[in-house]
Amino acid sequence: MIALLLRDLRLAVRAGGGFGLGLAFFLIVTVMVPFSVGPESELLARIAPGVLWLGALLSCLLSLDRLLALDWEDGSLDLLATAPLPLEAVVSIKALAHWITTGLPLVLAAPVLGILLNLPLEGFRWVVISLFLGTPALSVIGTFGAALTVGLKRGGLLLSLLVMPLYVPTLIFGAEVARRGAMGMGVETPVLMLAGISAAVIALMPFASAAVLRINLR
Amino acid sequence: MTLNVSDLRIARGGLPVLEGISFVLKPGAALILRGPNGIGKTTLLRCIAGLQPALSGQITGGEEQIAYAAHSDGLKPALTVTENLRFWADVFGTRSIKHALEAFDLTTLRDRPAGALSAGQKRRLGLSRMLVTGRAIWVMDEPTVSLDQSSVALFAAAVRAHLGAGGSALIATHIDLGLEAEILDVGPYKAAPLAFDDFDGGFL
Repeated sequence: MIALLLRDLRLAVRAGGGFGLGLAFFLIVTVMVPFSVGPESELLARIAPGVLWLGALLSCLLSLDRLLALDWEDGSLDLLATAPLPLEAVVSIKALAHWITTGLPLVLAAPVLGILLNLPLEGFRWVVISLFLGTPALSVIGTFGAALTVGLKRGGLLLSLLVMPLYVPTLIFGAEVARRGAMGMGVETPVLMLAGISAAVIALMPFASAAVLRINLR
Repeated sequence: MTLNVSDLRIARGGLPVLEGISFVLKPGAALILRGPNGIGKTTLLRCIAGLQPALSGQITGGEEQIAYAAHSDGLKPALTVTENLRFWADVFGTRSIKHALEAFDLTTLRDRPAGALSAGQKRRLGLSRMLVTGRAIWVMDEPTVSLDQSSVALFAAAVRAHLGAGGSALIATHIDLGLEAEILDVGPYKAAPLAFDDFDGGFL
């Protein structure tokens, strides 16, 4: 399992691996927002948590179609399916690798980009915490979407449409944590909901992903 | 491990392609599959490798014993020959990759990225993966595609060594590998076309 994780990380950072694609997209979205909504710092401070969350979500979405499609194209998915690793482990590891290469950099970049959006000082902590809790769910749900659409040519469109509704709860509670944190309100309930969603998704989704992958590999 | 296949009926895309396939593959033996294009050789091999279920019939003795080599080699162009092979060795829990590199004459290419290899060299790397799996039953789909004559000889030698060590091999190929192997022509087992009574079947 560690071998698979290391391979995926290595592939991501080598040439053409797509590491940084999500990060660059996140950067572009958040840098462009102040230009598009105008230079009112009060307005920016109010929408900053939401913009950061939306940017992180879209960046995650952007890199999903490579998650399993590359392994499908070169045949290694077939070979992995016949290897001693259970497919549940394969998809979990793939989701973990996706989170490390996409989600984690977003979490780390969010406070820096928060400055550009005039994020209130109290908000930084909660933006980072909410993204840290929420992005794993985005990766795991995304892996499910990738497993559903693997083998389809240009499956990216279908993948986005399938995954979008599944992302909504995470987005709602994640952005709510960040918004309440930035306004200095109590965040307990949305934090617990967000963490609960992530925990449930991480525990259950790999089985669904492996099941649809098995059907898709036939 | 003896692979036992009895009265197998298989389908591709919901349509039965072969039926009544039975054979026994004992340790030390090889079986060559023959048959015209599209008859269902690949489907049969994928069934035996466990990638898709059969419509009916039984496959026994192959659990966790089969190493499968498909049309594509599953190589990552950005990784070197050693890294590619090391990955599969780790996945299958075996240690040495040296013997595999040597058996397919890849030692001089070991630090080359797989993307910079020629088609035949890629194929040799893909086949050397079989040696690091440490599994007893090799199931191979057209393994000699894009190999030159000397590489085919390397491959035949590797298969012979594997058989000599008590392994077995099921190979779909049209080339004479010079092995003392039984030949199974799947042509006569072509399935009768199905009447469309099972409409939902294609979705399951």
